Amino acid sequence: MAMQTAPIAPSVNGLSATPESLLLQHEVEQTLYLEARLLDDWNLDEWLTLYTEDARYVVPTTDLPEGDPESDLVFIDDDYNRMAARVVRLKSRHAHREYPWSRTRRFIGNVMVTATDGEEVEATASVAVWRFRAGESSPYVGRYDVRLRRVDGHLRLCYKRAILDLEELSDHGALSIIF
Amino acid sequence: MNIESLVYDRPDLGKFRVHRSSMTSPEIHELEKRRIFDKCWLYLGHESEVPNPGDYARRVVAERALFFARNRDGELVVFHNTCPHRGALICRTDHGNAQVFQCFYHAWSFNTSGELVGMPDIDGYGPDFDRAEMSLRSPRFDSYKGFIFVCFDQATESLVEYLAGAAEYLDLVADQSPAGMRVIPGSNRYTIKANWKLLAENSIDGYHALPTHQTYFDYMANEVGGNVPAINNRQGFGRALGNGHGVMENDAIYGRPIAMWHPYFGEEARPEIQRIKDDLIARHGQEKALRMCEKSRNMVIFPNLVINDIMAVTIRAFQPTGPDSMDVIAWEMVPADETGNLLRRRLDSFLSFLGPGGFATPDDTEALESCQHGFRSGGVEWSDLSRGFHRDPRGNDELQMRSFWRRWQSLVADLPHVEQFERGLTLGEMPEVLPSPELSVAADN
Repeated sequence: MAMQTAPIAPSVNGLSATPESLLLQHEVEQTLYLEARLLDDWNLDEWLTLYTEDARYVVPTTDLPEGDPESDLVFIDDDYNRMAARVVRLKSRHAHREYPWSRTRRFIGNVMVTATDGEEVEATASVAVWRFRAGESSPYVGRYDVRLRRVDGHLRLCYKRAILDLEELSDHGALSIIF
Repeated sequence: MNIESLVYDRPDLGKFRVHRSSMTSPEIHELEKRRIFDKCWLYLGHESEVPNPGDYARRVVAERALFFARNRDGELVVFHNTCPHRGALICRTDHGNAQVFQCFYHAWSFNTSGELVGMPDIDGYGPDFDRAEMSLRSPRFDSYKGFIFVCFDQATESLVEYLAGAAEYLDLVADQSPAGMRVIPGSNRYTIKANWKLLAENSIDGYHALPTHQTYFDYMANEVGGNVPAINNRQGFGRALGNGHGVMENDAIYGRPIAMWHPYFGEEARPEIQRIKDDLIARHGQEKALRMCEKSRNMVIFPNLVINDIMAVTIRAFQPTGPDSMDVIAWEMVPADETGNLLRRRLDSFLSFLGPGGFATPDDTEALESCQHGFRSGGVEWSDLSRGFHRDPRGNDELQMRSFWRRWQSLVADLPHVEQFERGLTLGEMPEVLPSPELSVAADN
């Protein structure tokens, strides 16, 4: 099944760079890098502040990357409230798959701004999260589709769809981290 | 260790123990393949996955590549996924729709009933070439209320006989909607590096729920603004269902999408849920309808199928890939006519607890792998499953696990199987359960 990838508007695809588009590209990249850094550091409270309160975080299943959480089974479909609960859980020492916490290192690449409408920015990125725990040392690989909005001068994430390229969760047996 | 003595079953002493070599030994794993997985009925898939002629889906069951389909006449068909010609896989995508199944290797083509209908350069074969002999091969299969099973032994009893008391519990799921039930797109596919029987145990183990899944109960308590319910005291029981199948049936902890309202679902969902409940009572009578609506059920159908009818309905099948690893696939099942808000709330309810990204399933995976690591520690030969041996079986006792293990022992050692129902209960009888004063929050609504 073909992955659905957002079309890239010529005005924002980097080929006709303007000072504004370069600045926006930089800001989007820095936001995604910051998120990766905070998650790798397990600084989850700070991570949550990168999201707006109407945010949604979706991870489709490996066999249905185009899955719609309104009608299909997905791995994760969190509103801000459940993202916050996920943070509480992961910090509690009772999320047994992540106690002790795994070591992770996130690599973000191929960041492309795909659309802007003044209010919000859409972007995609490639991601590999290496996770090390209990003898496991393999990456979660996939793509982020994100939407960001400016709040008090900073870009904040209001939507993240994290699509796994893995065929199944054969190495780590779960998606116990925030991907 | 004697293969006939892996289960120590002494009601007189209140002791039930399982030898840990059953979880670690490669020899026992090989015996299980021949004596359990080659003989028992094994879950393949659900008919709703192939609703239209030409629809197909593929699976691996007991290491065998299979696929099932709906033929041109709308009948269910199941095939070994191998070309009768030279062996290549016929079906190479997980699901889809086809008018013919063509092997890519030499381009032999089969219709949706599995008959060989064409190949290139047929003149290369003599006049006596027998096409029928070269049709796709089917394993023995049958379906019960849409649940499709296969069996690789012609001598095994019929599916309905095999299911024994589990059939009634499948009814409690299948009859939830007059429109039938359907498996929705998307599945959870993951590997657990632990013996497959640990997942069978875990799936009908009420005792672990509170300690292992504390973060889930904390989350729900916070969501609905209450305390963690006294689930260890909720009303419920465990039952042996015959042939090693077992169930625990308990008061629901929180609401159930079918059809017990809970504040978690929101006030606007209340009239609709009440309407479904009234409808179920009208169709099935008070007793069966209230069990459907207000009780949670976690069932193992021996050996490797779990149907959990809890905060959502999940079907979970697991295939051993060695003594210390298994592949798991889990699906979600919903009433075929459920849409809109009710469907959305059901999907949400599933994700709060279940699945590799839920607030509970990753911790079960951790627990099972932890046990498997623990077995390697040595020093302890036996695991204990004696909980509740001395009393009428409660939902968080271990009768249902003991019935699994008794069946396992008789099959793996090739011993005659004698059904034992603890506390004098025979198949079909429901344990008498006195109303508990400590009903859950949800049961009051």
